[in-house]
Amino acid sequence: MNTLSFRRKAIDTGMRWAFCLCAFLVILPLFMIFFDLVSKGAKELQWSLLTNLPRPVGEEGGGIANGILGSFVITLLTMIWSVPIAVMCGIYLAEYGKGRLASAVRFTVDSLAGVPSIIMGIFGYTLVVLPMKRFSAWAGAAALTMIFVPIVARTTEDMLRTVSQPVREAALALGIERWKTTLYIVLRTAQAGILTGILLAMARILGETAPLLFTILGNQFWQTRLDQPTAAMPLQVFSYAISPYKEWHDKAWAAALVLITLVLFINIGARRLTREKR
Amino acid sequence: MPKKVSKNPKDRAFEALSAFFAAMVLTLGLLLLLVLLYESLPALRKFGAGFIVSQAWNPVEKEFGALSFIYGTVITSFLAILLAVPLSVGAAIFINDFAPQWLKKPVSLLAELLAAIPSVIYGLWGIFVLVPMLRSAFMKPMAKYFGWWIPLFKGPVYGPSVLAASVLLSIMIVPFILSVSREVLATVPVRQKEAVLAIGGTRWEMIRIVVGQHCIPGIFGATVLGLGRALGETMAVTMVIGNRPDIFYSLFHQGYSMAAVIANEFAEAADLQLSSLILIGLLLFILTFLVNLAAKWILSNLVKNTSLRN
Repeated sequence: MNTLSFRRKAIDTGMRWAFCLCAFLVILPLFMIFFDLVSKGAKELQWSLLTNLPRPVGEEGGGIANGILGSFVITLLTMIWSVPIAVMCGIYLAEYGKGRLASAVRFTVDSLAGVPSIIMGIFGYTLVVLPMKRFSAWAGAAALTMIFVPIVARTTEDMLRTVSQPVREAALALGIERWKTTLYIVLRTAQAGILTGILLAMARILGETAPLLFTILGNQFWQTRLDQPTAAMPLQVFSYAISPYKEWHDKAWAAALVLITLVLFINIGARRLTREKR
Repeated sequence: MPKKVSKNPKDRAFEALSAFFAAMVLTLGLLLLLVLLYESLPALRKFGAGFIVSQAWNPVEKEFGALSFIYGTVITSFLAILLAVPLSVGAAIFINDFAPQWLKKPVSLLAELLAAIPSVIYGLWGIFVLVPMLRSAFMKPMAKYFGWWIPLFKGPVYGPSVLAASVLLSIMIVPFILSVSREVLATVPVRQKEAVLAIGGTRWEMIRIVVGQHCIPGIFGATVLGLGRALGETMAVTMVIGNRPDIFYSLFHQGYSMAAVIANEFAEAADLQLSSLILIGLLLFILTFLVNLAAKWILSNLVKNTSLRN
C-alpha cells in the first residue's frame, strides 16, 4: 500500500476534528440549559412552590400550584376530543385514503403541522374568546387542538402504514369484517407507535406558551370553572421571567425546572415505549 | 387493501365515520384560513398592499404597517440559518460517518432532546444566560474595536438584540436540520462510499466526493425546512430580541418580529390594531406555508430521484 501523502492525511484529520467540534457545539447548549435550570431552579424548588398560589413580590412562599393544575386541565381537555379526531383521521388516511378528499386532508394535515403556534392562538381567540367575551380554558384547548391534531393524525397514518399488508389480508381471509380488522388487528399492531405519537404531542402542548397568551390569559388564583381565565406553567415561566424582580426570576427558573422535568419525562417515556416493542 | 367498496353496512359505516373525522380536520384547516382572512379584512381595506411597506406602528394615530416586523423576522431567521446549517450538517456527518458506534445513539438522542425543550425555557435561558454572555464576551469587544468602522457591529450594546435572537433561534432549529440532514445522508449508496475508500481515498475525500454530489439538494431542503421553523418561532424571540420596531443595520440593535408583536400586543389590542395584528398573522401564515411547501417539494423530489425511500 502506498503511503498517504502528509497533506491528504492532515486534511482528513483536520476535517474529522471539525465535524467532531460541530457535534460538540450542537449538544453543548443542551448541557448548558440543564445546568442552569438545575443550579438556578433547585434553590426555589420546595413543596410550597408546588402547593401554593402565586404571591405578590416581597411575600415569601409563592407557588405555581394553579399553573400546574391549569396546564393539566387544558392538556386533558384538548386530548379528550383531539385524540379521537386525530386517530380516526389517521385511520382514514392510511386505510381508505385514496381520492380527492384524502389528498386534500393529507395536504391540510401537513400544512397545519407547519403553522406557527402563535397563529393557533389567533384561532382560539377569534372563535372562542370573542363569542364568549371572556378568556377561558376552552379557548386554550381550541388553540392547542390545532397543534395536537395534525401531529397525531400524521403519526397515526405513518404507523398504520408500517403494518404489513399480509396482516390485513390474513385477517380478512379469516372472514373478519374489515372495520374489525382495522380496529382490532391493524390498530392493535401499531398501537405502541401511535401511543408514542400521542405522548410526544402531549409533551409538546404541555410546553406551548404562545397560543395560550391570549386564550387562557393566566390567573393569579385558583380557576374553578372552564370558562374562566386560567393559569398555566409555561405562562407563569414567561411572566415571571420578564418581570423586573429578582425573586420572581428565581421563581421562573424553578417553574421552568418543574415544566422541563414533566415534558422530558413524558418525552423519554414515549420513546421507551416504541423501543421496547421493537 | 382491496379497493372494491364493501357491501357490509358496518364496514361502510366505519369508513364513513373515519371520513367524517378526516373531513373535520379539513374543515378546521379551512376555518383557520377563513378566520385569518375575515378578521384581517378591516386592516387590509384600510391600508391595502401598503401595509407591507409601511414602517408605521402607532396605536394612537391608528397607523399600522408591518415592514419593521417582517424585516426583523426575515433577518433573524436568515442569520439563524447561517449559523445552524454548517453546525448541523457537520454534526450529521460526524454522527453518520465518523462517530464510533457507541457514540452515535447518545449524540443523536441528545440532539433530539433539544427539540423537546419548550420555547419559553429557551427564552428564559436566553434572557439570563445567553444575553449576558454574548454581551460581555462578544458584543462589547466587537462594538469597541470594530463598531466605529463596520456598521454591522455598531453599538450601543444593550444586550437584548437581533444577534441574541438569531443565536437562540439557531440553537432551536439545529435539531430539525440535523435530523433531516441525517436522513438525506443515509440515502447515499454505501457502495459508492466504499468505492472511494477502496481506491485509497481518505474518509474526508469520501465525504467530499460522494456526499457532496448526492446531498446538496437534500441539505438545501433541510435548510428551507429549518427556515420555516425559524420564521414562526415566538416566545424565545420575543424574550430576547428587544421588541423595538425599527429597521436596523447593526446586529446589536434591538428589533422586533412578526410573531413577537402578536404575542406582546394581541391581548390588549382592539379594533384596527387587532385587525392589523391578525393581518401580520396572515402574512406569517402565508410566509411559513410557502417556505414549508418549498421544503417538501425539494425533499420529495430528492427521494423520488434516488428511489431509496428509507
